Amino acid sequence: MKASAFAYARATGVDNALHLLASHGQGARLLAGGQSLMPAMNLRLISPDIVIDIGGLSELKGTAVQGQVMRIGALTRHADLLRSPEIATHAPLLAEAAAHVAHPAIRNRGTIGGSLAHADPAAELPACMLALDATIIARGSRGERRIAAADFFTGIFETALMADELLLAIELPIARKNSAHFFHEFARRHGDYAIAGLAVQAVVENGRFATLRVVYFALGDRPALAKAADKLVNVTVTPALVQQASATLAGELHPYEDQQASKAMRHHLARVLFQRSVAELLHRPELGGAPQ
Amino acid sequence: MTAPISISLRVNGERVDAHVMPRLNLADFLREHLHLTGTHVGCEHGVCGACTVRVNDEIVRACLLLAVQVQDASVQTIEGLSDSGEISDLQEAFRARNALQCGYCTPGMLMAAQDLLKQQAEPSREDIREHLSGNYCRCTGYHAIIDAVEATANARRGSAR
Repeated sequence: MKASAFAYARATGVDNALHLLASHGQGARLLAGGQSLMPAMNLRLISPDIVIDIGGLSELKGTAVQGQVMRIGALTRHADLLRSPEIATHAPLLAEAAAHVAHPAIRNRGTIGGSLAHADPAAELPACMLALDATIIARGSRGERRIAAADFFTGIFETALMADELLLAIELPIARKNSAHFFHEFARRHGDYAIAGLAVQAVVENGRFATLRVVYFALGDRPALAKAADKLVNVTVTPALVQQASATLAGELHPYEDQQASKAMRHHLARVLFQRSVAELLHRPELGGAPQ
Repeated sequence: MTAPISISLRVNGERVDAHVMPRLNLADFLREHLHLTGTHVGCEHGVCGACTVRVNDEIVRACLLLAVQVQDASVQTIEGLSDSGEISDLQEAFRARNALQCGYCTPGMLMAAQDLLKQQAEPSREDIREHLSGNYCRCTGYHAIIDAVEATANARRGSAR
């Protein structure tokens, strides 16, 4: 289908975009890369009165490292995440995840800010934000505020962003010494939304996890940080401990059922992903939970 | 409130000025306004890849881009790539290996395949599959397409030596 009619405004700057947002209220939508907004409009799931195009705002593009913090502008595209040497050095999890976001033609347009604001529960980047303990920076009519990734995603396609706010950038701590990451997803076709996926950021010292952040996506209405993983921190990990932790996962995850997978299948995939991640991060294949 | 907007861009090297409604997507602009019907429209929500074109030398989905968003951009369609001879070897390889049947996906396939070949001189079959993963073909079963892209990569390396 085609999108229904709407008015169009090309924002000249962030302040101009915020002014337009405030004056048009709920009928306005921000257009960045358009790779989620345009399909929704073409399918007539949404019909905004006005589309405010922020795609040309150079102030929202690019990455910068200051001290131990990396700032990534909202308009940084998936293709940029894949190619950026700064991302590869300081947040390699993001580069690996970006390779799983849709297809090349979509990665050339889609942006990190757009993906986070859209908040698809099966999307890769929201889960990475939790794994990396990122902070989302938004600006609205009442000024700028910083939102922890853990508080940002509030449900299916729902975030803590207010209607008059624009996502400016994200900030995340850069990878420290002995940092390790894991990313994997199950999908029917490369680039499709995941049936189940996992993003992990860890610090591994002397064969133990000093920190471990295990985040699932496509396993609930928002990305889920698995508390069960805490059992593996600062201890010598044994196969029994991994089994124990993966058994308690079931209680924390609330997967949905759809045409692609049942709840039981998603629970199973969650365990498989967990065991594989631990085995790979500790370089101990015997923890991978190979089928008996 | 929804008034036409004037845009100016380059399409296949030629300057184009037009007035378009905001809702008009780039694929429809190319097809309906410029009569460049090589860009096909399949799903209209970014899944099938039939509308793949180049904007500023990068492949994009023309159905997920508004015509008003390509202000000042350089757009290349399958007509441009075809007329310039840039992909004549790839087209020949598609023909030789029956890498098309109905042809609906072919312009998008050629666009995506050429994009890969420009970036990687020696792609593996897996690389080719991955790069074309966003382009649906309902006729060929893909093997012949992968063969054609692989053969073109091999031939181009051969002639580069």
